[in-house]
Amino acid sequence: MALRLTAEQHAAIARHGEQAYPHECCGVLLGGAGAGAREVAEVVPMRNANTESPRNRFDFDPKEHLAVQRQARERGLDVIGFYHSHPDHPARPSQYDLEHAAWPGYSYVIVSVAEGRAAALNSFELADDRSHFIQEEITEAASLSRP
Amino acid sequence: MPIKVFIPTPLRSYADKQAAVEVDGRDVGEVLERLVAAHPQLKSQLFTPEGKLRSFVNVYLNDEDIRYTGRERTPVKTSDTLSIVPSIAGGAPRAFGREAALLPSSRPAEARC
Repeated sequence: MALRLTAEQHAAIARHGEQAYPHECCGVLLGGAGAGAREVAEVVPMRNANTESPRNRFDFDPKEHLAVQRQARERGLDVIGFYHSHPDHPARPSQYDLEHAAWPGYSYVIVSVAEGRAAALNSFELADDRSHFIQEEITEAASLSRP
Repeated sequence: MPIKVFIPTPLRSYADKQAAVEVDGRDVGEVLERLVAAHPQLKSQLFTPEGKLRSFVNVYLNDEDIRYTGRERTPVKTSDTLSIVPSIAGGAPRAFGREAALLPSSRPAEARC
């Protein structure tokens, strides 16, 4: 699977990572699955509910996640993935990310934020046996705001 | 009495590609049992081999997390909806500062952890 993002959506994730720095940001990717790609329709920033160690941990509040899932359904969109930032750390999954991943079939996007500036942004999917993440291609979709 | 169970996006391929299914049951446990009986591939996605809900699987009856309403014994009625919501958490390793930032940012094909 590839992940299709517009330049604006890519920038929105990067901006959220910069705004949250030095804490981790997190959010939901809404959209749908097409032929060989998950296509993002909307990036929904979420609150990092982890108050103990927000510089290197994030949690969704489950009720807020339920609400986003419900609102997406009402608008004909699906939850196709999630994103979070790694402040001052590379944009690749940690062992902790692996241990706390949900199911295969989502895109797991990570943006690295180095000294407050967003750097690499990568997307991964979880292997079927949950043993590791596999990097997936990110392709740029046409901007939604262009004619 | 059937209630509507909403299926998370990646699990729909195990439920005949349906976003929601109607399942009979008197309580949440019975609904979940019948859900996985009708769609056996869902079982290992939702339950451990010991038959417990996986730690990252949250189940909401309407707006309430069943952990606070009686877990699987929570009774259901026809107008109820059941939502399966994964816990989403993660985070970077415990290294901060310049040194961590200078590590390579990605690997070309596969990141084994």
